Amino acid sequence: MIKVQENDFDINLEIKKITSHNKNIGGVGSFIGIVRGNDDENLKSLTLEHYPIMTEKMLEKINLKARNRWKLIDSLIIHRYGKLYPGDQIVLVATFSQHRKDALEACEFLIDWLKTKAPFWKLEETSAGKNWVKEKYSDLDAAKKW
Amino acid sequence: MHIKYFSWVRDQIGVESENITISNEITNVYDLLKHLKSTSEKHNKALNDISVIRCAVNMEVVNLDFSINDNDEIALFPPMTGG
Repeated sequence: MIKVQENDFDINLEIKKITSHNKNIGGVGSFIGIVRGNDDENLKSLTLEHYPIMTEKMLEKINLKARNRWKLIDSLIIHRYGKLYPGDQIVLVATFSQHRKDALEACEFLIDWLKTKAPFWKLEETSAGKNWVKEKYSDLDAAKKW
Repeated sequence: MHIKYFSWVRDQIGVESENITISNEITNVYDLLKHLKSTSEKHNKALNDISVIRCAVNMEVVNLDFSINDNDEIALFPPMTGG
């Protein structure tokens, strides 16, 4: 399932919603991305912009890729947009499988891919002003390894 | 043709979207970018470095040689930074 929303999420609730009606699930892989305060420049806020409809389409596509490659019983991506602050949750990826390997690998794949393939852009506001976050080579490399 | 701009591409051009009519000479994304650059100094500046411009046609990311037509929804934006 894909959710693109402004609101925060609760990982326990989200996972229980899925595990409560799937008794074959033996493991859950999960990743939560959090707005990181910058050590050098004081980060005030991080605003996430996205391209509605294309975002959902791309996340669906990435999700389908994971479902075809690993034995997953279910999967969930929640990605927030709007103005967030240090410590706020940005994204949740959760994968559900019978055995841990499928869940853990698929979870890593999903977060690696959505970083560079889902149409989101981050605007940082620091004490020095506003600045659009640039693509990181390390993220491109991470996406390529799959 | 409907063109949407996102992130700093929109900030620099100064509009979120615009409708343009394209001539027959514009057949792909590269031609469109060249044409847009000629329309104003803001467009020219924003789209000057094509290596940092990504394009989606009808919500699919495409390369510069991708063919386009008048009914397409085009989006121009910098590399994506999700997650």
